[in-house]
Amino acid sequence: MHIDQLEKKWATLSLGIAGLFVAIILGSALFHGIHAPSNVETIDSARLHLSEEFAEDNLGLQRNPDGSVTVRLVAGRYGFYPKTLTLPAETNLTFRWVSLDVIHGVHIPMTNMSTMIVPGYVAQVKTVLRHTGDYPLLCNEYCGMGHAHMWSNIKVVSRSEWDKSNKSAGVSHE
Amino acid sequence: MSNTEEKKLALTHLWVAFAAFALAAVMGLYQVVERSGFFGFLESREVYYASVSTHGVLMGFVLTTFFIMGFGYYVATSSLKLPVWNKSFAWAGFGVSLLGVVLAALPLLGGAASVLFTFYPPMKAHPLFYIGATLLVVGSWFWCVSMIVMYMQWKKANPGAPVPLAMFATTGNAMLWLWTSAGVAVEVLFQLIPWSLGWIDSIDPGLARTLFAWTLHPIVYFWLIPTYTAFYCLVPKQAGGYLFSDEMARAAFILLIVFSLPIGFHHLYMDPEQAHGWKILHAIGTFVVTLPTFVTGFTVIASLEIAGRLNGGKGLFGWIAALPWTNPMVLAIILGLLMLIFGGFGGLVNASYAMNAMVHNTAWVSGHFHLIFGGTTIIMYFGIAYYFWPILTGKPLHSPSLAITQLWSWFIGMIIMTTPWHILGLLGQPRRIDSVNYNNLLTLSWEPYEVTMIFGGLILLVSSGLLVYNLYKTQIGGESYQGEVEYAEPIHAPSDLPEYLNSFKVWNIIIAVFMLIAFGYPILQFFRMETFGSGAWGV
Repeated sequence: MHIDQLEKKWATLSLGIAGLFVAIILGSALFHGIHAPSNVETIDSARLHLSEEFAEDNLGLQRNPDGSVTVRLVAGRYGFYPKTLTLPAETNLTFRWVSLDVIHGVHIPMTNMSTMIVPGYVAQVKTVLRHTGDYPLLCNEYCGMGHAHMWSNIKVVSRSEWDKSNKSAGVSHE
Repeated sequence: MSNTEEKKLALTHLWVAFAAFALAAVMGLYQVVERSGFFGFLESREVYYASVSTHGVLMGFVLTTFFIMGFGYYVATSSLKLPVWNKSFAWAGFGVSLLGVVLAALPLLGGAASVLFTFYPPMKAHPLFYIGATLLVVGSWFWCVSMIVMYMQWKKANPGAPVPLAMFATTGNAMLWLWTSAGVAVEVLFQLIPWSLGWIDSIDPGLARTLFAWTLHPIVYFWLIPTYTAFYCLVPKQAGGYLFSDEMARAAFILLIVFSLPIGFHHLYMDPEQAHGWKILHAIGTFVVTLPTFVTGFTVIASLEIAGRLNGGKGLFGWIAALPWTNPMVLAIILGLLMLIFGGFGGLVNASYAMNAMVHNTAWVSGHFHLIFGGTTIIMYFGIAYYFWPILTGKPLHSPSLAITQLWSWFIGMIIMTTPWHILGLLGQPRRIDSVNYNNLLTLSWEPYEVTMIFGGLILLVSSGLLVYNLYKTQIGGESYQGEVEYAEPIHAPSDLPEYLNSFKVWNIIIAVFMLIAFGYPILQFFRMETFGSGAWGV
């Protein structure tokens, strides 16, 4: 068997490049707080209204004792519920998403808030939004004829501004 | 050896492939125009999604499968110098696949299967769509059997001798496809068909996505291997040189086949039904599968350099100018490699566990896919077609200069279409939208890119037309041509090849172990936890 010296060198170099990439990926995945939705938590999508967590009254923002905020949203053809949201910037946010019908996907452009929403599962994403402003919330998985109409706008405001309009601790029905 | 029947078999497969391609190309232009929103009278989401679904099935499943089968039969017969084993069996496979395409086309064109070529449940298509898609795959399994039987016939007749590289790769691809298609076959047979017929009420979309991910990554290597086979076995000869290394080529094919399989979860990075650990395991595998592509880049470019220097090219880069740029196959590989560099970069972004969150399911992904599949993979299918058509039809190529124009226009069109597509993704545009309805300032910034994409689509459609026209004119031409496929010689003929570079036995065992590790528990978990199925939803 004949393997050229040059080729051996190149193979070693390629292995090094791939190894470097893997090291970077692992480093960022393990130490940079990357929280892809991987909670493997099931829920009956046909009975969301009867579930404690995703009944209509419990949707939206919930301020937690540690200052973080949990955001519960339901995706269904063709919208995200609740319809409007004002989120605090520079705050630990935990998004919990469920679908009431088919598979959806959702992202907020220019942020790490991205997840698939698979019926039968709760998709949980943790992130911090750094910049204030108006962002679209977009369905990114084909979900039927109205897919391109499935969106809403969210507002990100500074933490102090958000605190002013969300004084009470506990559930907010904003 | 008379191989008239083999030629007919190969040519018939290839014509089905390119007919599907031509139809899908027309749909492609319609789609890019419709979604731009600049032509209000064209707007119809029903037609748009029926078209996108058909375009995806035709390009992704019909063009590829029939091309791979036709190419494979002829590679087998010409490289092994054996007749195609049991020709009625081969034609039966062709018939089953074609029947599948026709059955699936009925609901697709009628708008009853607008579930896109990924057909994620719980959106349900007409049962005929799933049945047709299954038959297409079952027909391709006939081809897999033929390839494996011919490979074994040759090995038996030539004990210990190295299997010709082109056939080694083709047999590897047949085995890869059997492994690959198992995931989606289980999904379709045990979930989608019984559910679409109403025999079962609900299915678990999480399990369905996991099974689909089993198939979703290696299928692109099933499509790519004929392209790489041409890179290694046909191009060096066409360029006037030799293959740099036969052994490294075998190693690259083996790595591609083994490592393309257990890595499908990079399609599920953003999914809730699989845990981090499994995703990261698949992420590491995804980077391992870059190795054979790095090796291929090196070996193939080294082979081209040898050819360039034999043609009189001097200096560090002079050999590039000395390559026969007017040979369709050589031009196809040059343009294909350029697109591979851009597309490969995009692929590394997608494969990166963290970065993927920024581009997941955005227009970036469609742009990436079109560049690397529609670009690198398919342009080499064109190169192969221009080389094979005279051999298979016995007539000289109608217009070699038109072939060169066609390849350049395909490259230019693809760059013009996919560059804005990538940018749209970075600007947040979701994939698979039929129009832009979002009332947000950000979406205004998308418009110039939508316009640019129309020009790309237009050039690509013209280019498709040139291809089919040239092949058709070749077929009906009056002159005659005598020629056979000429495979590139390696600089050093392979000798004392270890068994692991000349057979797949040990690799199939390794694949089985890898698949058990990569997919065993992730599939088993659905039967261990309490899951809630979904009923059927229309589109």
